[in-house]
Amino acid sequence: MKPAPFEYVVAQDAADAVASLARFGDEAKVLAGGQSLMPMLALRLARPAALVDINRCRDLEGLHDSNGALTVGALARQRDLAQWAKPRSPLFQAVLASVAHAPIRNRGTAVGNLVHADPASELPALLLCLDGSVTAQGAQGERVVRADQLYLAPLTTSLAPAELATRARFILPPEGAGWGFAEVARRHGDFALVGCIAVLALDGAGSVSHARLGFFGVGATPVRSAEGEAALMGREPTEARRTEAAKAAAAALSPTGDLHASAEYRRKVAAVLAERVLAAALDRCPRPR
Amino acid sequence: MKHAVTVTVNGATHALEVDVRSTLAEFLREELDLTGTHVGCEHGVCGACTVLLDGAPVRACLLLAVQADGHEVRTIEGVAPSPDELHPLQEAFRAKHGLQCGYCTPGIIMSACAFLEEAPAPSEEAIREMLSGHLCRCTGYHFIVEAIAEAARMLAAREKA
Repeated sequence: MKPAPFEYVVAQDAADAVASLARFGDEAKVLAGGQSLMPMLALRLARPAALVDINRCRDLEGLHDSNGALTVGALARQRDLAQWAKPRSPLFQAVLASVAHAPIRNRGTAVGNLVHADPASELPALLLCLDGSVTAQGAQGERVVRADQLYLAPLTTSLAPAELATRARFILPPEGAGWGFAEVARRHGDFALVGCIAVLALDGAGSVSHARLGFFGVGATPVRSAEGEAALMGREPTEARRTEAAKAAAAALSPTGDLHASAEYRRKVAAVLAERVLAAALDRCPRPR
Repeated sequence: MKHAVTVTVNGATHALEVDVRSTLAEFLREELDLTGTHVGCEHGVCGACTVLLDGAPVRACLLLAVQADGHEVRTIEGVAPSPDELHPLQEAFRAKHGLQCGYCTPGIIMSACAFLEEAPAPSEEAIREMLSGHLCRCTGYHFIVEAIAEAARMLAAREKA
């Protein structure tokens, strides 16, 4: 269907976009890649009074990594992120290969993906696992929102309607960390029924010195599992301990059922995937000598 | 609300006023009469409307026509090298029966054009992964996979010659 009528505003730079958003109160939506917003307009699930198109804002382009952190501008496409990842981060590469399809990734922005806050989406869970944050610019200035304070409910973040997410920041895993990523979806590129990400690092004695275990598709928001991580931290990650961690993590989830999968199925699959990604992450850790 | 745009489509530049609510797919079909770009689901899922925007495949139903201002678009009408010659992908789809009703075909060919540039000798698995972004309800995909593999061989042979 054709979208409901809206006013179309082309922002020249971030400040211009923020001014435009302020002008419409909470009635405007930011148009970046449009790969989630446009379907919502076409299905008339959203009827904003105005679209503020940020695609011409040069100051929102680009991504760069320095000092162990990756900063992604609001206009960096998922494809740009995948290209950055190719020689540098197999974790990002694996995650992005599961995000929709090439024609969607060519347009869809990483930051838009993060603040759209679909609970079944991969990147928000990665942001949580990599201690990330999103920088928001509003009429009052700029603020940094940590990933663990960003996601409130499905499609709902703690950003105000008139704030513009200008960039995201991922803290790259420590040197020598291993990672695991797995998801179950009906078809490749579909939203996950359940997905799981793990990052592990070991100290010289072979005990876990850094643990991240995150899930998506298992509730209202992406989840980082304090229970799963606590079961591993400071201990040797034996198979029994990994199973225990995966079970503890899955038990603490509150998945919902829908026509694609029941809550019970999601919890069960979450435990299985957690075991697999923890094993994969350990496999990728250099063995202590 | 109308907006002036200048868009290059298949090498020809068009300066027009478009309704801001028009998608690129609608613009191509209704304003430029390029009806080879098919519209299926109109919300980015089926892939039938896929076109190349500055060389990269995108969903024409998820892009407003005004957003194409200053950009270059290639559609299925701009794929063949001349009016009496087919592109290797088109030839291969015909030779291998890569289509039945043909509704999904233009979108798949546009995606495949960009895909074969990046992966000139793709595995069957890679072809199937690429096709996961396109819905075909007739063929069961098997002959589409064969057609794309055949087109890759034809392009490689041409490169050699």
